[in-house]
Amino acid sequence: MSRDLVPEQPTSGDFRPNLGRRHRIGKIWFVIFQASTVVGIVALTALLVTIVNSAFGYIALESSIHPSTLASVPLEDLPKEELVRILQENVSKGLFRRLEHDQPFEERTKDDVYGLVLERVVEPKVVQQWTLLESVFRRSMVMTEAQEKYPEAELRFESWIDGEFITSPQSGDAMRAGVRTAILGSLWTVGIALLFSFPIGVGAAIYLEEYAADNLVNRIIQVNINNLTGVPSIIYGMLGLAIFVRLLEQLTSGALFGLTDPTTANGRTILSAGLTLGLLILPVIIINAQEAIKAVPGSLRQASYGLGATRWQTVWHHVLPSALSGILTGTILSISRAVGETAPLVVVGASTFITVDPDGPFSKFTTLPIQIFQWTARPQDVFRNIAAGAILVLLTLLLSMNATAVVLRNRFSQRA
Amino acid sequence: MTQETDRTNRHAIAVRGLSVYYDDFCAVKDVDLEIERNRITAIIGPSGCGKSTMLRSFNRMNELVPSARAEGEVLFEGINIYDDDIDPVRLRRRIGMVFQKPNPFPKSIYENVAWGARINGFKGDMDELVFESLTQAALWDEVKDKLDQSGLSLSGGQQQRLCIARTIAVRPDIILMDEPASALDPIATLRIEELMDQLAKNYTIIVVTHNMQQAGRVSDYTAFFSLDETDRAGILIEYGPTKKMFTRPDNQITEDYITGRFG
Repeated sequence: MSRDLVPEQPTSGDFRPNLGRRHRIGKIWFVIFQASTVVGIVALTALLVTIVNSAFGYIALESSIHPSTLASVPLEDLPKEELVRILQENVSKGLFRRLEHDQPFEERTKDDVYGLVLERVVEPKVVQQWTLLESVFRRSMVMTEAQEKYPEAELRFESWIDGEFITSPQSGDAMRAGVRTAILGSLWTVGIALLFSFPIGVGAAIYLEEYAADNLVNRIIQVNINNLTGVPSIIYGMLGLAIFVRLLEQLTSGALFGLTDPTTANGRTILSAGLTLGLLILPVIIINAQEAIKAVPGSLRQASYGLGATRWQTVWHHVLPSALSGILTGTILSISRAVGETAPLVVVGASTFITVDPDGPFSKFTTLPIQIFQWTARPQDVFRNIAAGAILVLLTLLLSMNATAVVLRNRFSQRA
Repeated sequence: MTQETDRTNRHAIAVRGLSVYYDDFCAVKDVDLEIERNRITAIIGPSGCGKSTMLRSFNRMNELVPSARAEGEVLFEGINIYDDDIDPVRLRRRIGMVFQKPNPFPKSIYENVAWGARINGFKGDMDELVFESLTQAALWDEVKDKLDQSGLSLSGGQQQRLCIARTIAVRPDIILMDEPASALDPIATLRIEELMDQLAKNYTIIVVTHNMQQAGRVSDYTAFFSLDETDRAGILIEYGPTKKMFTRPDNQITEDYITGRFG
């Protein structure tokens, strides 16, 4: 304890000597705040470690027919005709005829035929997988276990998340499934959501802050917008189902524009999903833009009016540029939220199994979080690994969006 | 402004029975005043007596506050500026304003001066206009090499002169100044006062100041406002040539304020 600068007077009347106690209380609060931070960091680390743990590791692969018995060189190095021959020799006549009928082997790419050979002839199955921590720290144990339980199996280290994972479409086979379909679905739906809600949201915010008078009607509107931010997202899903999928089916399915086969078209398209997400993030964008506009100092507006500018000129040339960085930050954070939304899109009708990339607003779709959910729901263990890989992809996407938000905010900030 | 301009009159602005209210509160009551053209008129008085409200009623800036309303007349070029068919946007170009805390736009120095002129439809040589305005504001020499730097990078005194330059750029008739030097150091203050003297040759200046010595140094005419005892509204106590006001004022309250007995 430091020396007292002023000697304590025992009967100074009004002031009690309590400096020691004040310092102690301060220290206790400091420790509490520090502990909270530590708990938060521990939780985040645990989350990250669990996911990364599942995304990499050794696997034991057992094949029905081992590739080395089919050819002396690795299968992927064989010319296409060889692969077709192998396929013909090892599958039933009926299946071969059917494959030929679906798409003649002449027209198929080599990768395509190779995929078929793997799927129908070699049929590799993952019989056991180990986590990253086990694979790195307990390697010998992994190897002996594989040797004992599956002597025929090939043991290799697998990165469940790699370039192929990101660029391959969805598939029923966990080994070859990728997230490309899901990523594209996410990008399309969020893109449409943004296109819809950004102009409307910012416009509404400008109106409410700069033009609307402070009367009862406008106050009611403001309260309602505030409340809408707290509505559970599944309710937006139900709204989207009722309005965009069912009521506006002609529009959202593309039938209105004559773009689809009327017998298979329905409203469960990217357009419906995008509009639903757009409605979901609209209140957040409005509130956030309002805050950014409120933060513009009144002196700036006064200077503008003083020079004989109209209200619109003041808003466009001074208020908006000043509020821009805040608006952009909030919008990007809203996008981050939209990317992660699962329940409303399930209700609106994301496809449970889709391998075709979306090619427009009227396509069927799936998104990253929905894909993750479906994979974790499958009984086979191996799907949990690729779900972990997909989670890492999602986290990277979100992190880069948040980083962009920070960069944009600094770039457009007008505090000189 | 559709009627013929009344330029032969030596009064730039005439105020008749003006009262300004914020909801039910009367900020300024029943003012009669005539501002001389091409002279500097100072408005002085204790805090809260409605000086700023009075100043802002000249260019209808009070209306930016939703609860404000005005009664009476303010005649500019013979026309009451509070008539229904007068556009305040048009008015504010003719009557410009410089604020207490310098507030340049977060744009380049060049843009700060040029923007007002541009939105008002200026079609001439912008470079020339910027040069003239910055010169008249006694700022050109200090910024001529850095016109594309942000206006916010200047010192306080320079920022205020920049604000004056942009006000001049739209070619007003009257310049209103709301305590323009109160946020500045003494040297910068002196430069602003010298500037006001220069500007008065081409413009009519009305300046609100709480600094009596400044009013005495700078102005040709002084209007002294104070608070009415009964309803705390601001009223005009005395108005006349500065020399007379400061040496032989008519009103006892004026004399008390000038000699520092209150306020």
